[in-house]
Amino acid sequence: MVRIKCPFCGERDYSEFKYYGDASKVRPDFENESIDDWCRHVFVRDNPMGWHVEYWHHVHGCRAWLRVERHTVTHRIATVDLVRGEPKQRETSPSTALWTRAKAR
Amino acid sequence: MQRQRLASGGRLDRSKKIAFQFDGKRLTGYAGDTLASALLANGVRLVGRSFKYHRPRGLYAAGVEEPNALVELRKGAHKEPNTLATVAELFDGLVANSQNNWPSLRFDLMGVSNRLSPLLSVGFYYKTFMWPRSWWLRYESLIRKAAGMGAASSEPDPDSYEHAHDFCDVLVVGAGPAGIAAAVAAVEAGARTILVEQDFAAGGSLLAAAPTLDGDAADDWLRERLSYLDRHEAARVMLRTTAFGCYDHNVVGLIERVSDHVTKPPAYRPRQRLWTVRAEHLIVAAGSFERPFVFANNDLPGVMLASAAKTYCRRFAVRPGGKAVVFTNNDSAYAVIDDLLSAGVRVEAVVDTRSVIDARRVSAASRHGTEILNGFAVTEAGGKRHLKRVTVHPFDGRGIVGHGASRTVDCDLLLMSAGWSPTLHLHSQTGAKPVYEAAIAGFAPGESAANHHVVGAAAGLWGFEAVIESGRLAGRSAATGRQCDIPGRALRNAINVEPLWEVPSPKSGSVKKFVDLQNDVTASDIRQAEGEGYGFAEHLKRYTALAMGTDQGKLSAVNGMALMAAARRVAISDVGTTTFRPPFTPVAVGALAGRVRGKHYRPARVTPMHCWHESNGARLMQTGAWLRPRCYLRNGESEEAAYRREAAAVRSKVGLVDISSLGKIDVQGPDAGEFLDRVYVNKWRTFRVNRAKYGVMLRDDGIVLDD
Repeated sequence: MVRIKCPFCGERDYSEFKYYGDASKVRPDFENESIDDWCRHVFVRDNPMGWHVEYWHHVHGCRAWLRVERHTVTHRIATVDLVRGEPKQRETSPSTALWTRAKAR
Repeated sequence: MQRQRLASGGRLDRSKKIAFQFDGKRLTGYAGDTLASALLANGVRLVGRSFKYHRPRGLYAAGVEEPNALVELRKGAHKEPNTLATVAELFDGLVANSQNNWPSLRFDLMGVSNRLSPLLSVGFYYKTFMWPRSWWLRYESLIRKAAGMGAASSEPDPDSYEHAHDFCDVLVVGAGPAGIAAAVAAVEAGARTILVEQDFAAGGSLLAAAPTLDGDAADDWLRERLSYLDRHEAARVMLRTTAFGCYDHNVVGLIERVSDHVTKPPAYRPRQRLWTVRAEHLIVAAGSFERPFVFANNDLPGVMLASAAKTYCRRFAVRPGGKAVVFTNNDSAYAVIDDLLSAGVRVEAVVDTRSVIDARRVSAASRHGTEILNGFAVTEAGGKRHLKRVTVHPFDGRGIVGHGASRTVDCDLLLMSAGWSPTLHLHSQTGAKPVYEAAIAGFAPGESAANHHVVGAAAGLWGFEAVIESGRLAGRSAATGRQCDIPGRALRNAINVEPLWEVPSPKSGSVKKFVDLQNDVTASDIRQAEGEGYGFAEHLKRYTALAMGTDQGKLSAVNGMALMAAARRVAISDVGTTTFRPPFTPVAVGALAGRVRGKHYRPARVTPMHCWHESNGARLMQTGAWLRPRCYLRNGESEEAAYRREAAAVRSKVGLVDISSLGKIDVQGPDAGEFLDRVYVNKWRTFRVNRAKYGVMLRDDGIVLDD
């Protein structure tokens, strides 16, 4: 029911896209040996009841990768950008803080 | 012989006589009838047996809120169980059968479950049938046979259904006075407008309006507006179309009943059409439902809503009974007295729970020989298979006073009006939780999104003028995009309703006061649920099955929540409502499937070698959309033998497998090996030309992604 405005194709129905999850993750360096860092990247998520930045892939259209800001309750779309460069990870992520505290115990 | 049909009046086409069958009896009606009105016209007052206790049931309402009149429509592969007789449009050759009874509606052997009711109270399947444990499967098969209402046909659905899409500036749900006013205003302001109505005639409450001076004006108003919408290109009126669900961003699902009312539809025409409409603005003008009272034996045939009697008298020219009593706590029911009298029904008494009522109403009613009993309440309905009498007790707004002054009034029709509940379902499906308003003694729509308007009775308003004004303003506001503040936002108690959620019982002992008629949930069931700790609205619903039937609590949810609030001694707003979910009324699964069935469910993809596979005895299997050979059978061998032959050939000679159905990715460039190393588990960097290797790639969490 959600409509996403693809920068190339215009406003399209959500069924033209494939959802690829949280776009605020920063992948640890390939050489990074720390299990903690990788676990945090793979498993720890925020699941906010509010604004969420995520990847959508326009598979039934121009096949561009989009970074979409969507409100998880009202499904309103705030911004749609093409994926360029590094994602901007939030410094204070609630789930990361929880994870760090749990590991410290 | 339609012995309860009035000689004249009603919105029927008496030139078109229709023959239909109910439970094997041949009956007649007219074009413009519903199955329910035609049954009532023929004097049929028993239409079903209740879900749990198999109590005899008659017509309770005249529209989608009906809980009792569930019938099996049509025969054979077209059979549709649990269809509401009050909504089914009468057509020539219609065959309907009652449900949930054996051997007959009049003599149902399962009526014995009414006497077993102490064993069948709320949550009984967690308490009874627990011992001995080994007998559970025996109990389970018995319960399974007794459960359920109608029986579905086990043959595949032979009808075809279509899917369609549309978009518009303004979508108006409900062609009552508010909806029509909204649609006209929107079209006048230049918006592309769609007006949907689930009934087969537009007009809503105006269809049952009396042909008095006011009524005549209303009739002209209706005709004028509808012809305006008919002529205007930007307007589309869709009748027989239910808006069953409202989804995010004003996407609304509609079911258009294209051929359900046609005896022999043309071969190419679908039975129903599922519309996905994307509307810029949504205006909900869904009206309101009258509330029933909760008192002993309030489910007897002959007990019905006052507005339903009004509809049967005025719209269908049917006499719903001979001797009527009106039971009310507000002013709106007094208008029904005129309708009953014009239909030749004797109105014995008006039982009004309020101690002080308008003197004009008293004089108007007593002119016709109707006794006004104000400060009284009906405490019990009496009769075996049909209403014979009601018992009334003096009532002071809180409890029964003076047990000695009780009276019995003989009647075969009891009309109830305990207030009006706005039809909030569509609006609340997007998450706007309804708010309890003491002024209307009901739930009013909650905060809505910017493009979402609720108008008319659905917003808690009352009166023709107020309702069309709210519709007009919303229509114009939606079309122009300019917010018009709808006046009179503060709701007033226009009908002087004094809420009475449960009529107290004068005597102790087991009486059944039904709250939800479709699932046989009584007031004591609700109190039992509260006592067992299920006081939260969502728990109450699931533990008692209140509002879980096909009627989704249209007449029972508000009473049920109020009773729970009383049991918990909290305000009704603290109990709240349960989550509203689509569909508003049942939707055929075939309509949701549309054309996507059988061969069209999934395209069949075949490899370039497909003919070779078939001519070499391949047994094909479906992997995704592809048809691939599972094995090749030779000389009548079994699959087992074929596998062994195949394995032997591969080990000693050569095997060939067609995997052309798999995707192929060409990776080029100097870092191709490095790239593959990062994706696969194996090492590819040092891989030599002209060799082939099997690889496995993992996801970030270590699960195999592909091979």
